[in-house]
Amino acid sequence: MSTLQLAALHTKYQVLETLRVPVAVIGNLMFPALAMFFFVVPQQSVAGNPIAATAAVGQLAMFAVMSTCMFTFGVGAAEDRALPFDPYVRTLPAGPAPRMIGRMLTGGFFAFLGLVPLVLIGWLFTEATVTPGRFGLALLVVVGVALPFLGLGLGIGYSTSAKAAIAVVQVILFPIAFAGGLFMPPQIFPDWLDSISQVLPSRAGRDLLVETLTGVEAYAAALPVLLGWGVLFTAFALWAYRRDEGRRFR
Amino acid sequence: MISTPAVPPAQPARRAPQVPPVPGPAGSTASDAPVLEAVGVTRRFGPTVALDDVSLAVHPGELVGLLGPNGAGKTTLLSLVTGLRRPDSGVVRLFGGDPRDPANRTSLGTTPQETGLPATLTVGEVTDFVAGHYPDPMTRGEVLERFGLTDLVRRQTGGLSGGQKRRLAVALALVGRPRLVVLDEPTTGLDVEARHSLWQALRDYHADGAAVVVTSHYLEEIEALARRVVVIGGGRVLVDDTLSAVIDRVSLRRVTVTLPGADEAAVRALPGVSDLTRDGDRFEILASDADALVRSVATLPFQGIEVRGASLEEAFLALTAGPSAAGATTPTSPTTQEVSA
Repeated sequence: MSTLQLAALHTKYQVLETLRVPVAVIGNLMFPALAMFFFVVPQQSVAGNPIAATAAVGQLAMFAVMSTCMFTFGVGAAEDRALPFDPYVRTLPAGPAPRMIGRMLTGGFFAFLGLVPLVLIGWLFTEATVTPGRFGLALLVVVGVALPFLGLGLGIGYSTSAKAAIAVVQVILFPIAFAGGLFMPPQIFPDWLDSISQVLPSRAGRDLLVETLTGVEAYAAALPVLLGWGVLFTAFALWAYRRDEGRRFR
Repeated sequence: MISTPAVPPAQPARRAPQVPPVPGPAGSTASDAPVLEAVGVTRRFGPTVALDDVSLAVHPGELVGLLGPNGAGKTTLLSLVTGLRRPDSGVVRLFGGDPRDPANRTSLGTTPQETGLPATLTVGEVTDFVAGHYPDPMTRGEVLERFGLTDLVRRQTGGLSGGQKRRLAVALALVGRPRLVVLDEPTTGLDVEARHSLWQALRDYHADGAAVVVTSHYLEEIEALARRVVVIGGGRVLVDDTLSAVIDRVSLRRVTVTLPGADEAAVRALPGVSDLTRDGDRFEILASDADALVRSVATLPFQGIEVRGASLEEAFLALTAGPSAAGATTPTSPTTQEVSA
């Protein structure tokens, strides 16, 4: 069985499993849409400015994707690990790759689904605007900026217990989301925070996504910063998977 | 229900597990090479030594029962064999290679523990998912029929009864036509009828040529399935012998009796006593020869005598206690063994 065939197999059944619990999917759809509706739409200075409104959609999209990756698939991996079916799957003749690829594709699929209402609200209730070409490109960029966070999420999921994973994800997610300019645009940051912000994967991903949507150029180091974190987090995920031996009790 | 007859009719669909002709070293043929081998394996969990210098080899077509009390190290051993864990020292080989390498697990079949199946997927979906990992799996229809699950193909596994989950779990172990099947407590919690039909399905698969390793703490299960028995206790291999030899060695009886005013040392000196505990005048005696013990007890003033089969756990404790207890055997017929676990 090739890795590709096995990855397709794992993806198919993971999507099926997720779809069988529709509430989880609806939760994914709701959060970024509500944030857009309550925090962006009422602010006329943002909602009424095409560039700022589009950037706001980009920022929240980045946050949605990040949080899907880290919660659904970081915490999700930790929870699965506690189920007896998980060690069983690890005895099947498949290495970590098909499982991981399956999770990444499944995560990507549901992250995209979560973006649909966000984009609709941006389009209907704000001045946000984007050309079809930029929009298509942005769909690809979203996948790219999501991958490092999936690696981080999975790394956490495979190295901690489910309860610890939730805490760790929260402790990491919100500070780097804030410092990455996903809640407030980095243009209003003081210089010191802006410098810290630029080495964060959240900021790099945000700027690349906003650049794709609006044409406002990202800072020069954004792509190398994102790639660097991507390599690091992927290595972390693989390391955590390899050393994992299921639940641990003392 | 599993409708497998005692003597399976010839079915062309039932192919034997494939044994690829691997060229072996001079003087030995590939089919003799062990499918599973552990050499000097030690595994610790913190201060606990779960496996202590265990060596074991299983050859093609063997049916091995791995017997031991809870916490003996059975499950740890299996987790090393299936590639879930690594030994701290020693070597585990599966079909001659490292079980942690997925390629070496292509001919291995195992079951999920605790009947843990993805609750939202259907029986057919879980079967297809597992089958998709193997180069030449059984069809969904074939494997579900072997285990009498055909009618449940569209049911979500979360809605199955305990027995149905167990059958599906064992079906998953076989769907890839493995040459080695490793089952950890396959029938725990099943009623007698379900247990017997599951055993029959396993015997049928073994008859097709596969090696089977099954753990249990029910002697009855090991008796029904295994030809060779490996007893594990305290992380060590205590006994590795034929079924009948092992049954002779664990045939202890528990004799409970009240002996007013009896001296403990005197009771301990009675013939056939292997071990005892006392609560006032009430003695609980583990006897290697219950007949001899009861004859001598009858010469004393006694009340309320009870004789029961000792649990395997008690038998193992006696086995580990010393060679004198282990060596003492009784001529009890193995078929009367009853084990309360």
